[in-house]
Amino acid sequence: MDLSAPDRRLLDAVQHGLPLEHRPFAAIGDGIGMEEAEVVARLRNLLNSGIIKRMGIVVRHHELGYRANAMTVWDIPDENVREVAARILRNPAVTLCYRRPRRLPDWPYNLFCMIHGRRREEVLGQIEALKESCDLQDCQHAVLFSKRRFKQCGAHYPLVPRTTAPHFASAHAAHG
Amino acid sequence: MNTPAPASLERRLLDEFQRALPLTPTPFADMAATLGVEEQEVLARLASLQADGVVSRVGPVLAPNRIGASLLAAMSVPVAELESVAEMINSFPEVNHNYEREHRLNLWFVVTGRDSTQVEEVLARIEARTGYRILHLPMLESFHVDLGFALTWT
Repeated sequence: MDLSAPDRRLLDAVQHGLPLEHRPFAAIGDGIGMEEAEVVARLRNLLNSGIIKRMGIVVRHHELGYRANAMTVWDIPDENVREVAARILRNPAVTLCYRRPRRLPDWPYNLFCMIHGRRREEVLGQIEALKESCDLQDCQHAVLFSKRRFKQCGAHYPLVPRTTAPHFASAHAAHG
Repeated sequence: MNTPAPASLERRLLDEFQRALPLTPTPFADMAATLGVEEQEVLARLASLQADGVVSRVGPVLAPNRIGASLLAAMSVPVAELESVAEMINSFPEVNHNYEREHRLNLWFVVTGRDSTQVEEVLARIEARTGYRILHLPMLESFHVDLGFALTWT
């Protein structure tokens, strides 16, 4: 990924969040020797080019009361994956949907989606509804509810060389 | 626009600004104007949500694998060892997510790095230190633009 040096510096400075103050982009710019207007313009470009997926308030589901988090995985014939994913995504309960490789014999599933809900029964009901609406009743699948959360922090991308240890203050689902 | 009751300010903040932070010099003042409240109120509410851990940050969500590399890894670990193995894995700063899940493959974590070489190195070190095999499950295709999380307020 050939990001320009200023874009790199900027992303490094904002990746763990904006300061909560009147002119946050000016404050970010002060830290890296960039004008406020340039900070805003570069962020807009990074958003338009898809490097930044979204800018906004990043929530943590668990703390919001969405304690039932099910990674639901399916074995879909490769030629149908896109079509099935499009159908699955019509269901508002599904927040993310990814294709990943099967690893036979341990792991026969190639389509992953995340479903967050307040209660386990609610999530299981959503999965049943999903099977029905997407015609997946006969499809091999598994539901992996999360149990303990051992770590959740924002992905830290090493964008510029640094001498001090990175700071892991923020948290957000990353989906490598 | 109605003047929001205090309880609904939080809700509207989270409903309306998960993906639409105004890219203006004064985003919080602009959010406040949309919500019909003072900027100080928006800043205070966000600070308190952040202190409670409900909001992790206000800022960008980077598209996965556009900058650097990341990989979802899964391991099957005997339950008695799970905690100590998880702790060892967490000691790598490149690991930013680590969950126990209900499956024979019971430990799921994400490794992020500068590039895939660095990610692979970390995975190899974890494998060597734990003695457990890691399943590498890279994202091949993402079918969704993350639209933020639609909350139900019941």
